[in-house]
Amino acid sequence: MKQWVTPLLRSLLLIAIAVLLLMPVVLNVVSSFMTEREILANYGMLGKTDTSVFVNLKWIPDWVSFQQYDKVLIATPKFLYLFWNSVWLVAPIIIGQAVVATLAAFAFGKLRFPGRNGLFFLYLMTMLMPFQVTLVPNYLMVDRLGLLNHSGSIILPGVFAAFGVFLLRQFMLHIHSAYIEAAKMDGAGYLRIFVSVALPMVKPGIAALIVLLFVDYWNMVEQPLIFLQDAAMQPLSVFLSRIQEETLGVSFAVSVVYMTPMVLLFLSAERYFIEGIQLSGVKG
Amino acid sequence: MKLRRLARRELLAALCFLAPSLFGFSVFYLIPFGQSVLTSFQDRIGGSFTLVNYEELLLSSSFQKAASNTFWFTAISVPILVAVSLLLALLLNQRVFIRNWLRTAYVLPLVVPVASIVLVWQILFDWNGALNAVLQHFGFDRQDWMKSEWAGFVIVLVYVWKNIGYNVILFLAGLQNIPDQYYEIADLEGAGPVRKLFGITLTYLTPTTFLVVLMSVLNSFKVFRETYLVAGAYPYDRIYMMQHYMNNMFLSLDIQKVSSAAVLMALCIMALVFVLFRTERIFRSYME
Repeated sequence: MKQWVTPLLRSLLLIAIAVLLLMPVVLNVVSSFMTEREILANYGMLGKTDTSVFVNLKWIPDWVSFQQYDKVLIATPKFLYLFWNSVWLVAPIIIGQAVVATLAAFAFGKLRFPGRNGLFFLYLMTMLMPFQVTLVPNYLMVDRLGLLNHSGSIILPGVFAAFGVFLLRQFMLHIHSAYIEAAKMDGAGYLRIFVSVALPMVKPGIAALIVLLFVDYWNMVEQPLIFLQDAAMQPLSVFLSRIQEETLGVSFAVSVVYMTPMVLLFLSAERYFIEGIQLSGVKG
Repeated sequence: MKLRRLARRELLAALCFLAPSLFGFSVFYLIPFGQSVLTSFQDRIGGSFTLVNYEELLLSSSFQKAASNTFWFTAISVPILVAVSLLLALLLNQRVFIRNWLRTAYVLPLVVPVASIVLVWQILFDWNGALNAVLQHFGFDRQDWMKSEWAGFVIVLVYVWKNIGYNVILFLAGLQNIPDQYYEIADLEGAGPVRKLFGITLTYLTPTTFLVVLMSVLNSFKVFRETYLVAGAYPYDRIYMMQHYMNNMFLSLDIQKVSSAAVLMALCIMALVFVLFRTERIFRSYME
């Protein structure tokens, strides 16, 4: 009898904390099913200093409606356009970095060459630098290449960022050298070893990298703010920061549309996500 | 002779595999960073060696503000975050129902884009927001949360909300690496729960804790996203961070200042990493 009382109490406490943490997300989703008129009535006074009317925090819509989604997804092309901006910035970074980093990680993790540790240390240090530091070299080069205000200014530094090399090297180190030696004995060249031995074994690592990169870059704000002056090129994340009165009514739906791909990816690939964080202990 | 040929073949192969990454990494990170180190020491007009950029930077009041705000934010929020997530991980590591669901719930804020949740923060902390409504209801004066000294507090809250799951994952992994035998031996010797917590759990969790602290510090620099999205390019003084300063310098194309700020910040991070790893090593040798 007493055996399950403590675990139950403990679980209830933890559930309460979880509910608290999830509340902002739930509020967002719930509000996305309200009509525009209801949103404006509840939250129209946001950002105004002269009124004495408070927001009306509501957890259940008066009227469950898809009006916001209809406007965001079908009636106004603007939001989908910005959504595609995000996709076109993030997808090339993920694919590019996964390819480039897998190749480099193989060299760092499984090949011996002079200067290997010194070079890797440079990658590691760069990875630990916050945006505030790496944006400066990025900017200098992007400016010189004439890429400012061009999506390449965000994609190229992203493709060559050090994180993927670091994470996949961790996975490469876990491959036992005996496999490599055995393949060598059978007369396989390095390319062959990479394709047939290393690549299949680091697949979980690549999956983890893709999830972590997606989380990181889908969320980006700093780079587009500095590199893209043209508002039409900004990803949805930057747009959402400039919600004005005329878009407030649909902004919850926009927010939900924006978070959905990430949440779905996370829920379906949670194992890789967790494994990636545990093995890297870096980046979030 | 044959060995050397094999080693040369391996070097050649390594170069081929490294080539794309090394090229891009040098072009976008290494070379321009080296260049900004040089720029930071260069005179604006003549290009001769000078420390004037650093002097101007350190004397500028907006840099001082940004640096001290960033420092204080990190110094306050990181211990809070580490303590809260450690507590949560310790609870979660015991017998608990639906543990996997709970872990998912704690990690979810990490993957929700900051931009998606900004509206909710506004609803809570606006002048006409939900928090003020509650305060007024109970007869307290309302606060302008984002435009007063409270703004720092709000940002700490948002930072903890976002990063708690990340640290819980790391702590849980660390906890699961402690062998069960240690606890069994302690039980045999009649150690109480407090003794076990300090003598075993926290002691063997120390390497993980170093990692968690490092990651929390690095993630604390990203809180700019939240402040920018909630409060715009020129927020209340208290939450004007390094990134705001850098952004404004970028916009005014003051490359010398931006370079020297980046160099200073890089030095700080390197010093921090160095100190953390050193203390960890000392601690480890002490443990053995």
